Amino acid sequence: MAHSTVGVIFSNIHDENIPELSKHRTMASIPFVGRYRLIDFALSNMVNSGITTVGIVTKNNYQSLIDHLGSGKDWDLARKDGGIILLPPYSNETDKPYTTRLEALMSITGFLNHRKEDYVVISDCDGVARMDIADIVRFHERNQADITMVYHEEESVESSYYITLEPDESGRIKGLKINPDVNGKGKFNLYVNVMVMRREYLIDTIQNAVQRGFSSFGRDILTKNVDSLRIFGYKFTGYYAGISSLQKYYKHSMEQLQKEVRDELFGARDIYTKVRDSAPSKYYDGAVVKNSLISDGCIIEGTVENSILFRGVKVGKGSVVKNSVIMQDTVIEDGASLTCVITDKNVVIRDRRHLAGCEELPYFVGKGRML
Amino acid sequence: MLLAGGQGSRLYALTNNIAKPAVAFGAKYRIIDFPLSNCINSGIDTVGVLTQYEPLELNEYIGNGQPWDLDRSFGGVHILSPYQAKKKSSWYEGTANAIYQNSSFMKKYNPDYVLILSGDHIYKMNYAEMLWAHIRTGADCTIAAIEVPMKEASRFGILNTNPDGSIYEFEEKPKAPKSNLASMGIYIFTAEKLYKYLEEDDKDPDSEKDFGKNVLPKMLHAGEKMFSYRFKGYWKDVGTISSLWESNMDLLGEEPAFDVGDSDWKIHSRNPLAPPEYVGETGKVENSMIALGCEIEGTVEHSILSSNVVVEEGAVVKDSVIMAGTVIRKNANVTYSIIDENVVVEEGASVGEDKSAAAGIAVLGRNITIAAGAKVEAGKILDKDYKGE
Repeated sequence: MAHSTVGVIFSNIHDENIPELSKHRTMASIPFVGRYRLIDFALSNMVNSGITTVGIVTKNNYQSLIDHLGSGKDWDLARKDGGIILLPPYSNETDKPYTTRLEALMSITGFLNHRKEDYVVISDCDGVARMDIADIVRFHERNQADITMVYHEEESVESSYYITLEPDESGRIKGLKINPDVNGKGKFNLYVNVMVMRREYLIDTIQNAVQRGFSSFGRDILTKNVDSLRIFGYKFTGYYAGISSLQKYYKHSMEQLQKEVRDELFGARDIYTKVRDSAPSKYYDGAVVKNSLISDGCIIEGTVENSILFRGVKVGKGSVVKNSVIMQDTVIEDGASLTCVITDKNVVIRDRRHLAGCEELPYFVGKGRML
Repeated sequence: MLLAGGQGSRLYALTNNIAKPAVAFGAKYRIIDFPLSNCINSGIDTVGVLTQYEPLELNEYIGNGQPWDLDRSFGGVHILSPYQAKKKSSWYEGTANAIYQNSSFMKKYNPDYVLILSGDHIYKMNYAEMLWAHIRTGADCTIAAIEVPMKEASRFGILNTNPDGSIYEFEEKPKAPKSNLASMGIYIFTAEKLYKYLEEDDKDPDSEKDFGKNVLPKMLHAGEKMFSYRFKGYWKDVGTISSLWESNMDLLGEEPAFDVGDSDWKIHSRNPLAPPEYVGETGKVENSMIALGCEIEGTVEHSILSSNVVVEEGAVVKDSVIMAGTVIRKNANVTYSIIDENVVVEEGASVGEDKSAAAGIAVLGRNITIAAGAKVEAGKILDKDYKGE
């Protein structure tokens, strides 16, 4: 990379997209595709682009995230200089923990000041994509942009907060809207919450915002200055899965059963995640598995079709699991049937229970429940 | 001290370029994962791994020891290769000589006891319990031992013991064994005694510098206190093609002879970077163990597949061990075989024959291609591309 870049990942922003799964964890630590968590994709993109320092902004419920990240060694980010740096909320008697992205950025100026990299890439964890960050930084440099925002063409969005972009032919953003009514009106350019700036520019912007008492990065900085700032849009054309609701989570999970999607997302097999040292999965006599992804540590005696099994799932004799997402260490006893179900971690489905949702509204079973 | 220098010549094509302890096992492991995991699970955190034959891949695999939690500031895992010394330099001549040449490594840590292991067995064992037995009996040397079928006893070092477990005779591969209690090649020495006998053995020009043949009999002869430590679990020497195959198959089934999924005794390993395995619409997998990253559209029965193996539509894999990255193309047939890493079995080719035909196991070495329609007969061992006859 021509210039060095430091990463900043927001682990909590968009938690409200998917309250079912973020009740006990950050958006970043929501499990996805069998053995990953959402943050693995943002982190791996950074690591694969040569970034060696990533600050991770947390707010609450971040035990599962700390447990997942450990020392950072699984991403090759256990470093003497840099590596993974957790940035928990800072508060004292007068300041409360941040409530907006801008306040969060204000609270990490110390971290940003101490770094020496030229650029900062800021990423949230609500998107799953294989992105070349180095290419985005080169694009930023080439355009002498103040801010580069990455967008993807979408047809619908279910987040409670989102930004759409209108770039001109050169890529410069001429229009930027917060929460416009776009669903059902054809394609639009959705900002995918990945942004590049010069580090010093970001620090100046934050200080300026503090002096003026701004509170929203989107409203007070981006929308107000579309004309005066050089904001550029980087069009991302690859596979992008925006996790903006439980339905989208389910839809994008099911997409992973397509070989083309997997080949693109996992490509050269370099999406990193926490290693659990599970045994390889075991299939017993009588197991029937069709069009499904099975993770390590699973034990399968029953039937699994069009489904995704996370690590350590057990499917008992005569049980049938269809069109479902079954998270880590869930036990499905004998003779049960599950159709269009999402189970969170450590769920137990007792024998002969029948659960069914539909594709538009999968049936969700919360963490640790026994049915 | 883990002896990992063996060539493993009876594994033929599988050890052409790698040391035996680096051979893949059980879909995601390598043989050396078992003694290394046993060490860390037993609370041993300083391990010297003695390598000699084709050490490159093994060294890379062990790396800084992080997968086994053996990346330590004090201790941890150390690769010990033969080195050039001021007065002389030599390859490791025998097991005892290999340990002797690394005396300074051992002495640096000033241990009370030294555990000697070999890197070619599949088993789970708590060495701490063996050490307690060693301390309790006040032995100078304790040898782990397991009962083997009497007819196989002459392949092993046999211990003849008193009722209290003390050893009165040690016979290396006896023609007429007096007992079926076999040495597992796992020894605990009181450190000072080990240093003393290794030094003496080094000076003996007639010695083959081997623990089983020389050092242990000498200690016994000198009247040192030697005890056996009875081990009753699963233990398998995977030094031959058939034992490697059997041991892999022992992992399968609802009640496997050997369980690698035991959460109380985890087997640690380097993990593949791969998404979950995918079984497609036409895929069929029964009684098998499958690692991450596999793509299965064909049939897999009673087999072990390592990471990123591809089995295309119409292909059948049965009673076989397939190592990482191998591709079995459409309508190919693999039966009763061991196939090493990154092999391509092209369309319609066939490898091996049904086990019931009582023929041997077919073995394919790494990075080779079996041409479309070619037939590799049962028991054949190939390490080059094959186009058929």
